[in-house]
Amino acid sequence: MSTARADTQATQPSTPTGPMIRTLMGIAMLSGFLVVLTYQLTKPMIAENQRRAIEAAVFQVIPGAITRRNFLVTETSVTAVTPDTPTEGTLVYAGYDEQGNLKGVAAKAGAQGYADMIHLLYGYDADCECIRGIKVLKLAETPGLGDRIISDANFIANFDALEAKLNATGERLANPIVTVKAGTKQHPWEIDAISGATISSKAVGKALNQSTQQLLPQLMPHIEALRNAPPPPSEAETAKAENQ
Amino acid sequence: MTKKQDNSITWETFSEGLWRDNPVFVMLLGMCPVLAVTNSAINALAMGVATTFVLLASGTLISLLRNSIPKQVRIATFIVIIATFVTIVDYTIQAISLDLYNALGAFIQLIVVNCMILGRAEAYSSRNPPLKSIVNATGMGLGFTLALLCLGVVREILGAGSLFGVDLFGPRFEPWVVMVLPAGGFLVLGAWLLLFEWLKQRKTETELKPAAES
Repeated sequence: MSTARADTQATQPSTPTGPMIRTLMGIAMLSGFLVVLTYQLTKPMIAENQRRAIEAAVFQVIPGAITRRNFLVTETSVTAVTPDTPTEGTLVYAGYDEQGNLKGVAAKAGAQGYADMIHLLYGYDADCECIRGIKVLKLAETPGLGDRIISDANFIANFDALEAKLNATGERLANPIVTVKAGTKQHPWEIDAISGATISSKAVGKALNQSTQQLLPQLMPHIEALRNAPPPPSEAETAKAENQ
Repeated sequence: MTKKQDNSITWETFSEGLWRDNPVFVMLLGMCPVLAVTNSAINALAMGVATTFVLLASGTLISLLRNSIPKQVRIATFIVIIATFVTIVDYTIQAISLDLYNALGAFIQLIVVNCMILGRAEAYSSRNPPLKSIVNATGMGLGFTLALLCLGVVREILGAGSLFGVDLFGPRFEPWVVMVLPAGGFLVLGAWLLLFEWLKQRKTETELKPAAES
């Protein structure tokens, strides 16, 4: 501080401890009160926003779905998510159309991209045994290069019907999903890379392959349970289950 | 600022944040959010508004309490007050839009350590009456927001070919990707500083000339 301040400090008696503690406690209590108040006021809105964000992503990757239900997939079972289910297992979102028919299952996948992990959501159609759409949830790829995996129309077209069929024993994919060099896609399980964004394209392929290899052998034996699941719960119940 | 006895509110109280003591272009404070989140005009605007709110709210509270805060614990008190309002902003932005929240990332929380806010609390709000602090903080916040917008607008136009998300040039425009990358932030900031320095120099020259002639 300036010398002028030091002078005044010297002439004045120093502040006793009492007022300092009182001030800090008062401020801390006021601060705590304000933070809790804001937290309580915004909590329902934030939960609603998050629900809507997941919902929008799920419906985007499952064409034709208008309602959804969450399931937990473990090695032995598939259970509907209720407030008291254990949290172990893979969370998947099953999408249904108006009549309650299963349109697809959305799940999360992730792999290391060029800059950081690429997180995405993909929609799996059990009828055609293929991936119907992907939606990147989070990425830190180079703008204009790696982030074209979101915007490049030719790349997106890979996921109109990307084959992810289980083999005869149902233990793994008949043909692993692979990313091939731009313009050389020949099989329905191949992803055409974007030239200039090969690493990011490969990461998408890797994420999908890893996730489907692990999830589908667990999910497919129970797919009927998803088809016959009771009508999806109302919006409020879904939101409640998610907040647990 | 040095005249502590003068409590009158003038145009200068408000405008010093806009021009003479602009936090970004003159004082070069809070460079971290300035460079990091100005890759689009909307992010820049949101960051500017959030910072202005924190500046205004913390400035008001500190100014109201300025006589009851003991000197020895003032920095701790200021930081707690600032952190409180940053947390409020953090929740509010999450409630308004998750997209915006994700775009701004950690920089919302980092407003706590924006040296401009603590600097204004220490240098201004703790020494001036509430009304004057409010006016000054509004000016400072506005100056900060405008500076962020200056960067955000240029970077979005050049780097993405759009403004506030609206496409400007059509598909034939090849965006300068470097402008939305961190390097672009430094380039644009440098260009703006050059412009303002040049303007300032020209002003002093025209002021000096008549003095030299007489």
